[in-house]
Amino acid sequence: MIMTPVTGADAGRFGPFGGRYVPETLIPALDDLAAGWSQVSTDPAFQARLASLLRTYVGRPTPLHRTRRLVGPDAARIYLKREDLCHTGSHKLNNALGQALLARELGRDRLIAETGAGQHGVASATAAALLGMPCRVYMGSADMARQRLNVVRMELLGAEVVPVETGSRTLKEATNQAIREWMSSYRDTHYLIGSAVGPHPYPTIVRSLQSVIGTEARAQVLEAEGRLPDGLVACVGGGSNAIGLFSAFIDDHDVALTGVEAGGAGLEPGRHAASISRGRPGVLHGAASYLLQDGDGQIMGTHSLAAGLDYPGVGPEHSWLHDVGRASYLSVGDDAARAAFAALSLREGIIPALESAHAVAHAMEWAGRLGPESVLVVCLSGRGDKDVDSVPGGTT
Amino acid sequence: MNGPERIAAAFARAAAEDRAALIVFLAAGDPDYHTTVELARTAVAAGADIIELGSPFSDPLADGPVIQSAYERALAGEATTAATLECAARVAAATGAPVVLMVALNCVLAYGTDRFCQDAAEAGVSGLLIPDLPVDDAASLRQEAHLAGLGTVFLTGPDTSIDRTRQIAAITTGFVYVMRHRGVTGAGAYPVDLRRRVAEARAAGPAPVAVGFGIASAADAASIAGVADGIIVGSALVDTAFRAGPGEAVGELVRALRRAMAPAGKLPQHQATGQQPGATA
Repeated sequence: MIMTPVTGADAGRFGPFGGRYVPETLIPALDDLAAGWSQVSTDPAFQARLASLLRTYVGRPTPLHRTRRLVGPDAARIYLKREDLCHTGSHKLNNALGQALLARELGRDRLIAETGAGQHGVASATAAALLGMPCRVYMGSADMARQRLNVVRMELLGAEVVPVETGSRTLKEATNQAIREWMSSYRDTHYLIGSAVGPHPYPTIVRSLQSVIGTEARAQVLEAEGRLPDGLVACVGGGSNAIGLFSAFIDDHDVALTGVEAGGAGLEPGRHAASISRGRPGVLHGAASYLLQDGDGQIMGTHSLAAGLDYPGVGPEHSWLHDVGRASYLSVGDDAARAAFAALSLREGIIPALESAHAVAHAMEWAGRLGPESVLVVCLSGRGDKDVDSVPGGTT
Repeated sequence: MNGPERIAAAFARAAAEDRAALIVFLAAGDPDYHTTVELARTAVAAGADIIELGSPFSDPLADGPVIQSAYERALAGEATTAATLECAARVAAATGAPVVLMVALNCVLAYGTDRFCQDAAEAGVSGLLIPDLPVDDAASLRQEAHLAGLGTVFLTGPDTSIDRTRQIAAITTGFVYVMRHRGVTGAGAYPVDLRRRVAEARAAGPAPVAVGFGIASAADAASIAGVADGIIVGSALVDTAFRAGPGEAVGELVRALRRAMAPAGKLPQHQATGQQPGATA
């Protein structure tokens, strides 16, 4: 496992992005967290404990599945990194377990988290149950309605789900509320951020804990194909599964890195969540990154069928990878994601999360342009049980 | 006088009366700018020394539900950054009190830091408070603000180290804003060693030290007025203004706060503590 040590106040910069733009109250808490992370990064006992849990509890390594019927024989070969097979049904547990163990090391025995689609909330509740910690999850009430299965799961796991009723009642407001609570509770509580966003050191911690996706996928595709893939595809809300997959390939300059943002219902303001494709740099939730904002710097409303992508910002490292041209970011709309959801279910026997379906949609289209000698790896970040209410043919 | 000098003069006037300065927070444009100017006029007539004007932001991290709602109302109405600067100019002209503008970093960046500082100074603003800009990253803002003649107010939290408090106090111009408790504005209080923290900030730099967060009543004001050079009252006022409008309720609250902050000589600074009885008199 690659763990990037974090030292010094500048360690959280990705070019002009990242940093820690938070109320002064939180500076001591973030200093503590960075110091604790530095320590466990080089602590063999901590790493062994995490590696063991990833193997025996999360179910790692996850398979790399070569799709058979998803695209025709003239298209590129598409491999799926099956994060949907992780315990709890998404890649989120990789990060939640690591941060929960870190919280214990820091003497913070209670967890709070924000969640959009509920996958991170479920992962946090799971880690909390496993380690015997109380857990509170902030979730927008609009998201609670459209991802009710995950609300039930969190409650079964013993977590307290707190509805957030402000603004658009989705992930942005849940994150606001979690940060506000942490300003009063940080002395005994760890804020378990679910994506590669937030103030330093969070983007670095989350990337490191999710880098297991890329490390495994790189070895697996080399074994299956005898070479590196031509491209990687991952959906990007905050961008944790994407940065986890990309991280192992950053120095492989022939591998194209592609992040897929939510194109929603159209590219007019307020109808999508394509922060890099359509936004401008700014500061939200403690970090500088691309944001969907108006001319005054007010954060704009977003829309996506996928609650986990329905967020006006993006992890700062993605902004940097975009600006330096190492990764490219594009958007896929609701309708294409729905179609990919159906295609993967019917042709491959895998029901993907709507978030992941955005990546599948782009991979199918790209594979058609590439031809049969090419190889793509897609991060299938989660499974779609939670989404059966949101797609045609699902329950109503 | 430049901004920091106007702020210093307001603190000096209060000190000359042997009392702490009263800083009153208003959310600009809640529910409209006309109301904000009227509220400021009422507050200053009732004894406020400095107006802290909050520039509405969609996602204020350090603010509790009262100020969040105020910003939502303002943004649902006519609030823009340019209009808030205009409002600041009207408040400064109507009251003669120094105006400190609290504004989210993203709004300053969107406007352009240099242009924002120039336009704020031109509007008669005396100081800027950017709650999500820690001192570590504030060098360019401080330079632009200094060039424009604006003070820069920075905050210290309940767990800010002594070294960091020194760093903050040393570069603050205007006043050091000591957060009374952990958490957001308006939330319940946590017991912390306020007197020690104020003393540390005082010793570390030339700027006066004011305490804010969770000061809602005359009793709160009384307990802190003896410890610090100033107190900041926000949510309680915004809430009263929302419920009662710009009329007498706000004036009453400000007068009650001022009365509680001691007529000269009756509440010597070294004796005023958190449990001062009769402080609400």
